[in-house]
Amino acid sequence: MPQFLKNKKTRHDFVTYGLVILAFIVVSFMQANHMIPRMIAGQLVPICAYIVMAISLNLVVGVAGDLSLGHAGFMSVGAYTGIVAAMSLAEAVPNDGIRLVIALLVGAASAALAGFIIGIPVLRLSGDYLAIVTLAFGEIIKEVVTCLIVGVDERGIHALFNLTGKLTVDDLGLTETGFAIIKGAQGAAGTETISSFFAGFLLVMVALVVVLNLVRSRTGRAILAVRDNRIAAESVGISTTKYRMIAFVVSAALAGAAGALFGNSFSQLSATKFDFNMSILILVFVVLGGLGNMRGSIVAAAVLTILPEALRQFSDYRMLVYAIVLIIVMIATNNDTLKNLISRVLPKRTSLEEEVRADA
Amino acid sequence: MPKFEFERGKMVPVPSHSIVPERDVNSVPVLEALHLGIDFGGLKAVDDFNLTIGKTEIAGLIGPNGAGKTTVFNLLTKVYAPTRGTILLNGNDTSGKSVSQVNRMGIARTFQNIRLFNTMTVEENVKVGLHNTKAYSTLSGILRAPSYWRREAEAHEKALELLSIFDMQDLANHQAGSLPYGAQRRLEIVRALATNPSLLLLDEPAAGMNPSETAELMENIVKIRDTFNIAIMLIEHDMSLVMNICEGICVLNFGRVIAKGTAEEIQNNDAVIEAYLGKQKEE
Repeated sequence: MPQFLKNKKTRHDFVTYGLVILAFIVVSFMQANHMIPRMIAGQLVPICAYIVMAISLNLVVGVAGDLSLGHAGFMSVGAYTGIVAAMSLAEAVPNDGIRLVIALLVGAASAALAGFIIGIPVLRLSGDYLAIVTLAFGEIIKEVVTCLIVGVDERGIHALFNLTGKLTVDDLGLTETGFAIIKGAQGAAGTETISSFFAGFLLVMVALVVVLNLVRSRTGRAILAVRDNRIAAESVGISTTKYRMIAFVVSAALAGAAGALFGNSFSQLSATKFDFNMSILILVFVVLGGLGNMRGSIVAAAVLTILPEALRQFSDYRMLVYAIVLIIVMIATNNDTLKNLISRVLPKRTSLEEEVRADA
Repeated sequence: MPKFEFERGKMVPVPSHSIVPERDVNSVPVLEALHLGIDFGGLKAVDDFNLTIGKTEIAGLIGPNGAGKTTVFNLLTKVYAPTRGTILLNGNDTSGKSVSQVNRMGIARTFQNIRLFNTMTVEENVKVGLHNTKAYSTLSGILRAPSYWRREAEAHEKALELLSIFDMQDLANHQAGSLPYGAQRRLEIVRALATNPSLLLLDEPAAGMNPSETAELMENIVKIRDTFNIAIMLIEHDMSLVMNICEGICVLNFGRVIAKGTAEEIQNNDAVIEAYLGKQKEE
């Protein structure tokens, strides 16, 4: 065994990377042989985006211990800046792959900036207050994006802020070769779908490496220390605001990249998609997968996105069954009696649980 | 308990009505508190607190329950912002600084009610203490740059070295929250030492320890002072510990200093006896 794999946590991380790569290979193989139902095949890129969202939110909620309810806001910032970047560079950068990478970087950078600006007031709070204020900021971002009209022509990008609701695309004053990218409440339309499953897989890997390496570093220890005991962390010279901010901004940047991937996978996307329900959905992935447990987040995000599709045959009862499944999973994962039973039946289970705990 | 033997410095007076060991007279005092005070509402929890601590002194802060001892620690470490007064740390004014900033200026502490990072291992707790001494950027951490590997290796070595002071290196991989009480107290001291302080504040280090553990702790406190060449101030109710190892002792009652001096002076001070035992009835 190589030297660096002797560390239990490093080994745990590499098993996680290996599992993700394995899952990608299996799904790609199934896709090539048309073994995946069409309904789910269309969900592959969004699933990757949701996985990245779950990983990034887990950094704030699970690792830093700050309950944020506005994560979809950062996703929408990333989605729209990513779409604008990809669309306006359509001629300058003909290669779809490179254009997507640029879109992801632009999305990540803008969401990181938004995260920093919002973080300044929000991170003065903690607990329930922080949750409520992040919820409010998520809604504010959604409303702001709804008011945006953006178009591009050979003179550059034109943007309008449609506060009164009276402006239209015509007010941009585009030349004949120009076209609108974001049309206010209608959202983005006519987007070229350049996101691919492979790009999604790469983004998941990048998000995993960034978050896991961060958690295992000096910065990650500081973030965990702040979560565990704020006064003690301050007393050993760690600025609590700084490290909560780092977690918040890194998380926002990853959410922005996920948003750019998501946005460039649909030809039509309205801002209302990134509402409170989306934030809660991501939070459900995180809580169900386990706080601080990145592997769990990935599984939860994938399963809970496929589940509603798979339950389509129950039509009317679909959401009811979904809710019941959620409740059962929560009870099952938090029930000591059940855990003891499982650990008795499967003796290896305990060591697995220790490994899972090793994430946080 | 046997009398603890160690070289105690001769105490000499300094201008701010305090005494410091003679060997420290010519160096800048590690701590100078001048007219320090804090009010909670109308209550003067601490008032007109003056104290000078020499560069390598072991000082004691004692007093009956509720006298304001821990409040003084919280003032010195900026957990509370003082209402009045000045704190000089190695001659530098600490006004307007945050808890983490004064730590970086050289003051580290332990807590009366233990505050460890319970979900982390013993070694990680110490590494958190090494946060500022073994620093590298967040980006090098994410990218696992050479500075990450170098600094992490150094931090690992240093953490084990510090743990070995209390013979705890074998516990490095245990979860901090699962340690017995005495070991948790010792780990808190190690974590504080990891920040490379010039003044170490210990809030009831012997609480919950049996006499033999306390004796060992005394030895270790002196050892820490001698190895790191730092000043230590401790709050303690165990008088044998205080009288055995503290060079200068400050007695607090109702938020005010009622006596300062060496162990002998304090033991024979009428105001101190009255504060602890009450006034003797006039016959």
